[in-house]
Amino acid sequence: MSQNVAGPISFGNVGRTRWYRRGAFASQTAYVALAFVLITLLVSVFAHNFLSHGNLLNTSKNFSYIAIVALGSTLVIITGGIDLSVGSVMALVAVATAISMKALSGTALAAIPYAVMIAAVLIGFAISAFIGFVNGLLIARIKLSPFVTTLGMLSICRGITYVVTQGRGQAPDGPNVDTFYALTDGKVFGLPIPLVYLLVLAVVMGVALRHTRWGRYVFVLGGNERAAQLTGVAVTRVKVSVYMLSAMSAGLAGILIAGWLGSAPANLATGYELKIIAASVIGGADLAGGIGGPLGAIIGSALIEVIRNGLALFGADTYWEQVFVGTIIILAVLVDKLRTREPE
Amino acid sequence: MSASAVARQESTPVLQLSGIGKEFGAIRALSGIDLTINPGDVVGLMGDNGAGKSTLVKIIAGNFHPTHGTIRFAGQEHRFDKPLDARAVGIEVVYQDLALSNNVSAAANVFLGRELVRRVGPFSFLDHKAMNARALELFNELKSETRPRDLVKQMSGGQRQAVAIARTRLANAKLILMDEPTAAISVRQVAEVLDLIRRLRDQGVAVILISHRMPDVFSVCDRVVVLRRGEKRADKLVSASSPEEVTALITGAKEFA
Repeated sequence: MSQNVAGPISFGNVGRTRWYRRGAFASQTAYVALAFVLITLLVSVFAHNFLSHGNLLNTSKNFSYIAIVALGSTLVIITGGIDLSVGSVMALVAVATAISMKALSGTALAAIPYAVMIAAVLIGFAISAFIGFVNGLLIARIKLSPFVTTLGMLSICRGITYVVTQGRGQAPDGPNVDTFYALTDGKVFGLPIPLVYLLVLAVVMGVALRHTRWGRYVFVLGGNERAAQLTGVAVTRVKVSVYMLSAMSAGLAGILIAGWLGSAPANLATGYELKIIAASVIGGADLAGGIGGPLGAIIGSALIEVIRNGLALFGADTYWEQVFVGTIIILAVLVDKLRTREPE
Repeated sequence: MSASAVARQESTPVLQLSGIGKEFGAIRALSGIDLTINPGDVVGLMGDNGAGKSTLVKIIAGNFHPTHGTIRFAGQEHRFDKPLDARAVGIEVVYQDLALSNNVSAAANVFLGRELVRRVGPFSFLDHKAMNARALELFNELKSETRPRDLVKQMSGGQRQAVAIARTRLANAKLILMDEPTAAISVRQVAEVLDLIRRLRDQGVAVILISHRMPDVFSVCDRVVVLRRGEKRADKLVSASSPEEVTALITGAKEFA
C-alpha cells in the first residue's frame, strides 16, 4: 500500500470529501444509470412485450449504432471539442463501402476469397480516418473552432454522399455479400453483432482512457490544454487522434447500418449527430471538457432507445421521443448542477 | 565523484547570464542583463509592470531566444529553442496559474508528460501505484498535506502550489523559476509556499522568485534583483538592503544601488 509510505504525515486540515461526492456517486453517469434502470423497469411493467426476446434483441441492436458513435464522440467531448460531422460521415462511409463492394466485384480481387469485402471495408475506414484527420488538423493545428469546422464537414460529407449517389440508395453486392451481412447483422452467442462490437470497443476505450498515457492526455486536454502544452504533451497529435477515432466510430456504425438495412440510403443517419451528442451528454460527458467515459456513452444511448421503444410499445406517438430526450438532457445536467453546487 | 569534483560543482554557478538583451521590433524589452545564480540561492526578482521581469524569465525558461548575450547553465552555454529544452537541462518553471489540470489527480499532475509506464507486450500502461508512491514522497519532502489520489479541483491554494512545485522536483531540477507564487492565495497559504521555497533551498536548489510582494521577498530571499525599464538597477544581499530602498529602485526614485 502506498499509504504506508506516508509516515508521520497527517491530514488534519483537509477533510475527506463527503461520501455523496466521492467514487461512483461523484458522477452524473451514476445518476443516469439509476434513472435508466427505473425507466426500464417502468417500461417493462407497463409494456408486456418489452421483455420479449425479439424486442430486447431489436432494442439492443438499435441502440448499439448510436452508442458506437457516442463512444467516439465522447472522446472528442472529453478533450473539450465537439464533432457534428458524425451523422454525415456515417452516410458517406456506408455509401462508399457499398459502392466499392459492387465496383470491386468486377475486378481481379473477386478471385481472392473475401478480398472484395475486406477492400471495401478498408476503403470505408480509410475515408472516415481521412475525414477525422482533416477535422483534427484544422482544429488542432490551425486552431479553428471545433463547432464550425465539423459543421462544415457535416455539410461537405452529406453533399458528397448525394453527389455520388444522386440520392439513390446503394446496396452492398458482390461475391462476399453474405459474409458482409453475417459480420454486420449476424449474431454472436445469441447477441446481435453490433452490440458485441460496442461492448468490445467500450472495454478497449475504458482501458485506454484510464491506463495509458494517451488516455490521460485526452482528459488533461479537456482540463487544461496549456498545462499539457507546457509539460511537453504532443497536444496536436492527441487531438487529431480523437477526431480520427470519432470519425472512424461513425464509419463503423455506417457500415453496420448498411449491413442491417441491406442498403445504404443517401439520407442515412440524417440528424444523428444531435442524438449522438445527446447520448454522450446524458451519460455524463461534460461539453466543457475533462469529464466523460464509455459507460456514460452506452447508458445515455440505451436510455434514449428505451424511451423510444417504450413509447412505441405503449402505442404513443413516437414523435414524443424528442421531447423526452430533450427533457432528460436538461434534467441530467440540472441534477449534476444541484449535486455539485458549492455552498455559498 | 572525487572531493575536488564536488568542490568544483559547488563553485560553478547554476546560471550565468551575460549581456542578455531582447528587442521586440523597435521596442527594447531588456538590455545588458548580467546575472549569476549559485546553487541554493534564493533570488527575488522585482520590478514594476513592464520592467522586463517576465521577458527575462521567458528567456531563461526557453520560451524565446535573447537578441543579445549568452546563457550559461552549470558552466555550459545553452540556446533553448523551447521550454522542454530548458527543462531537459534542469530548469523548471512554476507558472503563475500553476499549469495544473483540475480534473485529474495530484499525482497525475506531478507526472504530467513524464508518466511512469509498465510495458505489457506491445502496449504500455500507466504505473499508477509507482506514481502515487513517488508523488507522496515528494509531498512528504515538501511537508505538504496533499494526497496523491485527490483531484486537484478539491485542493486548497497551498496544496496546488505544492503539486506544481513537486512537479519540478521530479527531475531534480537545479533551478526553479517561480512566477508570482503568492499573488492569489491566503496569508496562511503564503506562509506554506515560503516554507516550500526554504525546503528547496535546503536541498541545494536555486530559486528565482518573481514577486510583487515585498514581505515575501524579504523573508525568504538571500538576494534581491531589481529591474527597471529593461535594465538591472540593483543586485544586492537582502541583509544589505531595505524594503524602502527596493521600492525606491522599483519606482525609479533611486537610480542605482
